[in-house]
Amino acid sequence: MRTIRFLLQKEFRQIFRNRAILLLIGVMPVMQLLILPLAANYEVKNINLSVVDHDHSSYAQKLIAKVTASGYFKLRGYGASFKEELKKIESDRSDLILEIPEGFERKLIREDQQQLFIAVNAINGVKANLGGAYLTSIIKDFNDEIRIGLLPTARFNPGPVIEITASNWYNPLMEYRFYMVPGILAILVTMIGGFLSALNIVKEKEFGTIEQINVTPIKKHHFILGKLIPFWVLGNIVFSLGLLVAWLVYGIIPVGSLFVLYGFLAVYLLAILGFGLLISTFCDTQQQAMFIMFFFMMVFILMGGLFTSIDSMPDWAKLVSSFNPVSYLIEVMRMVILKGSSWKDVWPQFGIIALFAVLLNTYAIINYKKTS
Amino acid sequence: MKQFVNFVRKEFFHVMRDRKTLLILFGMPVAQILIFGFALTNEVKNSKLIVFDQAKDPASQEIITKIEASRYFEVERAVMNRQQMEAAFRQGKIKMAIVFPAGFHASLLHEHKAQVQVIADASDPNTANMLTNYLSAIVMDYQNALSKNLVLPYRIVPEVRMLYNPQLKGAPNFVPGVMALVLMLVCVMMTAISIVKEKETGTMEVLLVSPFKPILVIISKAVPYLILSLVNVASILLLSVFVLELPVNGSVLLLFGESILFIITCLTVGIFISVKTDSQQVAMLISLMGMLLPTVLFSGFMFPIENMPLPLQLFSNIVPAKWFYLIVKSIMIKGLGFEAIWKETLILAGITVVLGLISLKSFKIRLS
Repeated sequence: MRTIRFLLQKEFRQIFRNRAILLLIGVMPVMQLLILPLAANYEVKNINLSVVDHDHSSYAQKLIAKVTASGYFKLRGYGASFKEELKKIESDRSDLILEIPEGFERKLIREDQQQLFIAVNAINGVKANLGGAYLTSIIKDFNDEIRIGLLPTARFNPGPVIEITASNWYNPLMEYRFYMVPGILAILVTMIGGFLSALNIVKEKEFGTIEQINVTPIKKHHFILGKLIPFWVLGNIVFSLGLLVAWLVYGIIPVGSLFVLYGFLAVYLLAILGFGLLISTFCDTQQQAMFIMFFFMMVFILMGGLFTSIDSMPDWAKLVSSFNPVSYLIEVMRMVILKGSSWKDVWPQFGIIALFAVLLNTYAIINYKKTS
Repeated sequence: MKQFVNFVRKEFFHVMRDRKTLLILFGMPVAQILIFGFALTNEVKNSKLIVFDQAKDPASQEIITKIEASRYFEVERAVMNRQQMEAAFRQGKIKMAIVFPAGFHASLLHEHKAQVQVIADASDPNTANMLTNYLSAIVMDYQNALSKNLVLPYRIVPEVRMLYNPQLKGAPNFVPGVMALVLMLVCVMMTAISIVKEKETGTMEVLLVSPFKPILVIISKAVPYLILSLVNVASILLLSVFVLELPVNGSVLLLFGESILFIITCLTVGIFISVKTDSQQVAMLISLMGMLLPTVLFSGFMFPIENMPLPLQLFSNIVPAKWFYLIVKSIMIKGLGFEAIWKETLILAGITVVLGLISLKSFKIRLS
């Protein structure tokens, strides 16, 4: 016990001596929590629209007014030729071209049917798809209005009607940041814990100080614990700081119990720190440790369900995700913070993370060699 | 000149000796292309859904069959009461629930009107939104099948053409993004850390007292990473063409030329960080937090820049990856030539020159 106390004293002193690291640990997460949710917004809005109007009829005018009034589109160009507006798409100043053919109004009334041409910059498939869908639905509304104007007595709903009432649980105002903030906080805690622990033992190796520790009668598990505990404490501090920011800035108050949240985090941090330590026992230089950790972090974060849903992935990717500790933390944080899930609801995830924690740390202790 | 070549060779051996890092450096682009190309999709499908059917009549059954047949939903199970439904949501097992009230079919037959309730887990608002739309469309489909097909007069038919990417694949968007990300990473982090490492271990002093210009010492450290990065560009392009079936529509030569410019920009950023820091840990955290996340966020390939608040939009202009992303998109996907990207090229070159000059100045001060 005394050995660990001295080791902890040493580790904490080393951490507090390095002002730059402390600053990064304290300030960076807060900054990121402030900026990321503002920037990471998938909502498709402000689509830049170019109109090529060959008709100049009152229908064309009405349609353009209706599209621009919808709030999704910003009129960026009103040109005479398709070629000219295509230039704007090429230079990314416009996303979508609506071309109204000559004689649109006249032919619509006389020939009963008329076409409109829409060209979409589809490099970003999701945005293109939604932009195209918004525009076609506005055109459909416009079409219905014209029809009602021309056929005032017609009935368009002769069949049975199914009314759909949609409820949005857990986030009725559909705030995207309520979803993002817990996920981002999970990533931040993981990054700080993982990187700091991965670099730590390697640093002692690189500087040779590990040789000095190796010749003392310190036990392997004492040494690992001495490395683990300080970062565990730091991880909890960063997490609390993050929760505070979530509450003060975004008004997010966990619906579920803080006890569940911290209980899960306590075990999760052991798992991720164990992973960092394991990597550090494999590497010889900080550069190596950082890059290997970075590689795993990238896979963990991209496949952790932060930005895209794991349900939609192919089966092999789902299998990879089931070995990804980050995906469990993100899931549990969102469950507890937004839905008020309790121990009973999260115990499967808890069990898996506990297993990760035990396996990773055991492996790290075995793999740490006292003799080089 | 011969001296310089020898120096570069020495640095190159340094880099090549570290097999673990090399493996990661070359493995990174492959992993990213695979993950982005196949695992990540903004499309929502296979979402788990729960059915709470109080009607259990032909109409509700038919709608449930339609839902099961759609690729958007996987009907997880049916529940008997509201408590079970709520528990399933709290356990995170389902994204959506559909509730049929008792006598659904009867009211549809006799009153020509019936109701269904759709409940979405809106903790993820975007998914909730999309799923509600999909489910409504399925129900509407059923409803329309019930009424006779009417041919409406005065029809406007929109004809939609998807430019550059008719199949709406993810690859045209992310391949340029991955290129920016990987190059940024390799060049900034590796250069920054390898220079700081020499400082930290004291070997930099030895190099600087050699009869060799300090600036050349730094450049010789950057050259191996330039070559490594070009290999990465080539491997990303090969994967893109042969695995993702996304060809380079413009000039490959121009693409490589612009890549070299961007790599030099990134190397300059790395040198800048290394001049300003003294320990590998700090250099790493700064390149990671300060470079990686802005690259992901503000290059525009993950999140649309025009959605961001104005200050962030303005900030995105100083992120080199944004300009490189635009350049690669123009050459590779749109097949445009230099006349379309000269402005972006000029901005990248400008950032490089300014950062290079600042680093050079700071470097001299440190020496004295």
